[in-house]
Formats: sequence, structure tokens, C-alpha cells
Amino acid sequence: MAKYLLLKHYRRNSGPESVVDVPMQEWSPAEIDAHMTYMSDFAARLERSGEFVDGQALAPEGTFVRYDGAGRPPVTDWPFAETKDLIAGWMVIDVDSYERAIELAGELSAAPGKNGDPIYEWLEVRPFLTEPPTVTE
Amino acid sequence: MTDPPSEALLRDLTPAVLGILVRRGADFATAEDAVQEALLSAVQTWPADPPRDPKGWLVTVAWRKFLDDVRADTARRGREQRLLAQPSPGPTEVDDDTLELYLRCAHPALTAASAVALTLRAVGGLTTRQIAAAYLVPEATMAQRISRAKRTVSDVRFDQLGDLRTVLTTLYLVFNEGYSGDVDLVAEAIRLTRQLASISDEPEVAGLLALMLLHHARRDARTDSTGRLVPLAQQDRSRWRTDLITEGVGLLQGALDRDRIGPYQAQAAIAALHADARTAEETDRVQIVEWYDELLALTDSPIVRLNRAVAVGEADGASAGLAALGQIDASIPRYAAVAAYLHEKGGNLTTAARLYVDAARLATNLAERDHLTRQAARLNHALGTN
Repeated sequence: MAKYLLLKHYRRNSGPESVVDVPMQEWSPAEIDAHMTYMSDFAARLERSGEFVDGQALAPEGTFVRYDGAGRPPVTDWPFAETKDLIAGWMVIDVDSYERAIELAGELSAAPGKNGDPIYEWLEVRPFLTEPPTVTE
Repeated sequence: MTDPPSEALLRDLTPAVLGILVRRGADFATAEDAVQEALLSAVQTWPADPPRDPKGWLVTVAWRKFLDDVRADTARRGREQRLLAQPSPGPTEVDDDTLELYLRCAHPALTAASAVALTLRAVGGLTTRQIAAAYLVPEATMAQRISRAKRTVSDVRFDQLGDLRTVLTTLYLVFNEGYSGDVDLVAEAIRLTRQLASISDEPEVAGLLALMLLHHARRDARTDSTGRLVPLAQQDRSRWRTDLITEGVGLLQGALDRDRIGPYQAQAAIAALHADARTAEETDRVQIVEWYDELLALTDSPIVRLNRAVAVGEADGASAGLAALGQIDASIPRYAAVAAYLHEKGGNLTTAARLYVDAARLATNLAERDHLTRQAARLNHALGTN
């Protein structure tokens, strides 16, 4: 088994022309409910299959922080104006293969949005580094 | 007044107790739950009231819990009547029951991860919570993995159980998982393999146990005080555990004498040759290559070929090692690390430094990545100051 992070970027720049990026606040309440239900059903299904580890949603607004020299408070809110990438949340899965991780990310990307159409969001799949194996030669 | 039986004793008794319930006709999934409940009762009651016959106590309590579970399901009433009439097994059958349990929990119908989880619980007597902690997943996830596995193998008839190969693969996976977590999976794998070796005279079982002991003997020397990986050639050999090496070598010799060689015996033989050398230079490198050739004949895989290339490099020099490496698919894990090592050995430091950087990028575990990054930095530093 191997653990993978599915990072939800909400950076949709491909998919059919008919699907347009509509912010969630412009969906109907029922469409939002359908989206949330899809997410929680997805997590519940992975729990039943023994593949779920963790999942969290993130607030959209974050703060950049860095060290600013001895005795000085950290610098916050550096203007990263070019950062259009919104990380909306993540899920951690524990699966038998890389192929299974890709399959599941593809399913998660198909969550319904406006008009119930799949939102085609990009998910980044990143393997976790593990402990070293016991047998090395 | 006896001392309260330890958790270790309870867990040693687990497979025999479960085996007895299954032999009496209990279905595997329900019996397994009943045994876990009995273990829990034992932990709670034995310290104050230790039984004279711990195994008998566990069988009685587990059987009672099993019957309670069955009675709760009225549809099974007819079956219960049949079960109540079953005689209890004689002592010689316990070993067979235990072996059957190992086979069932590592059945080929299960994925490797499911076989590992089920074996740790049903044979090892670990709780779901402990197994979940060892594999860093939520308890609910592990509970589902185990219950799915139980459903898969519950109705497998004993004459349809697989053979020992899947059992050995499962135990090897537990051993190779590493040293993280509260549950020592290495020690657990050794305990379960030792138990299996006591009931099976198959040479590969002894071979696997020898392999585990010989690697485990080097555990303390494999990392330094700050947790950095120490390569075999640089390990402080005074920190190798000679008791484990002696036991491993003895087991291996016993297995090899049976003249039924297998991959675990071959790997143990390689580990034994390393363990046998007082210094890295004294290692019998030619014989190690011969064992890799034997291993390749038994089980050809790119990983074995990769390790063989390292051995050839040690025995016949870097260019021979690189020639062996040239015949292997470069996309396999640790290929770049081996190429870097052999290039450095051959004096080609610039190429080696570049390959160590590649290898670090491709590493799948943190300790190895850090080690490879330090190797690259060491060479880059030496090249830069020349």
C-alpha cells in the first residue's frame, strides 16, 4: 500500500467548452448540496474500501509568512499577486497502486458543479515518502 | 499464585484458539471476532484472577462468545445445534489448525495489504487499533479493510487454501514495512515467522526466518544517533547482534541441508555472507555474486538484477558492475542510486554527483533521499574545491 495526497487546486483550464467556471456562490443551493454530497459519499466509499486516510477542506484566504531576521517579527502577507492557484482542500488515500490513485483522483475530479455537470477540476497526485525498507540488499 | 500472563502469551495463543473454534465448525469471520473479544476479557480479568490453563480458558470464553453471536442470529439456529454436538480437537490437530489459519489469512484472493492486516489480527492477535496505528491509517479504515478480508476468505474451504508462498510473502511484507509506529512490525513479523517455523518444516520458512534475523541483527547499526542511514560498508560491525546472526546462520544451514533451495534461502545466504565478514573488505564478494546468480535462476526480477549489479561492481570492479547495470531497465526504483554509486567507484565523480541528484529526486523514502542528497553534496563539494 502507498499513501497519496490528492491536492484539490480548483485550477480548471481544460475540459469541454460547454463547461464554464462558475464560482460556487453562483450555483443553486441544490447544486452545492449535490457537490458536497458527492464529496462525502466519495470519502465514505473509500472508508468502506479501506483506502481512506484523511480529508480536509481549506478556507480560501491564507497568509504568507516568513522569517525576517533576528529580533524582528515575521513578515506576513507578501504580495504573491501571481498566485492564482487556489488550494481548496486535500484528501489522503492509502491504495494498492499508483494506477488506483489516478483512478480515484479522476473520480474526485468529476464532482458535480453548476447544472450538475462535472467540474473537471485539476487534482495533483503526490506520493508520500515512506519509511526505508528493512531489507536493503 | 502465578504471574499474570503477558500480552505476548495471549498473542502466542491466538492462532491455536481461533484454529480450534474453526475446527469445531465455527465460521471464520464470527470466530475471529469471538477470539478478539476473549483476548480483551483476558486482559481485563487475568491480572486479578489468572487461569491455570490459559489456552483452555481462552477457548472456553471465545466459544461462549461465538455461541452468543450465533444465537443472536436466529437464522443460524439449526447450525448452532449442529455445532454444539462437535467434539473438541485432540492436541495433534492444533498445529494443523494453526497452519490452516496462516494459509486462510494470506489467501491468494486477498490483496497483499488485506492479507497483511488480517494476518496481524487473526494470527497475530493485534487489535484493529494497533494495526491501524502501525500503518498510519484511521481505525475505521483498517476495520473495513479487515472485515472485507474476512468476508473474502470466510467461506474458502480448507482444501482450497493456497500454499505457503503467499504466507511467506505476507510475513516478508510485514517485516519490510520498516520501523515506524508504536507497534514493532519487524519484531511482530519475526514472532509470526518463528511460530510458523515451529509447525512447518518447509525449508523456505526457515530461510525466511533466517533472512529476517540476519537483517534484524544489523538494525542498530543501520542508522546513526541522528537517524541518518549508514550504508552497509560503513556500519559499526560491533553493533551487529551476534546472537541473531548465529541463530540465523544456524537456521539457514539447516534449511540448505534439506537441498530444496528457494529465494528466501538464497537471500538469507547473501545476508549471511555480509554478516560473516569482520570488515567490509573481508566480505566474500565472489560468493555473493554466485548467490545472486542462484537467486536470479529462482526468481528473475529487475530488483534482483539491480542488486546483483552492485555485487558484481564490488567483486569485479566498477566497469563490470556498470556493464551489468546496462542490461537493466533504467526506470526501476533505485537504478539511479546504483548507477551513481558505481560511477563514483569508477572515479567518474561528475557523472556520479549528477546521478545522486537524480536518485534523490526519485527516492521513495525520506531517509534514503536525505542520504542521496548528502552523497551528491559531498561529491559536488569535493569537485568544487579541486
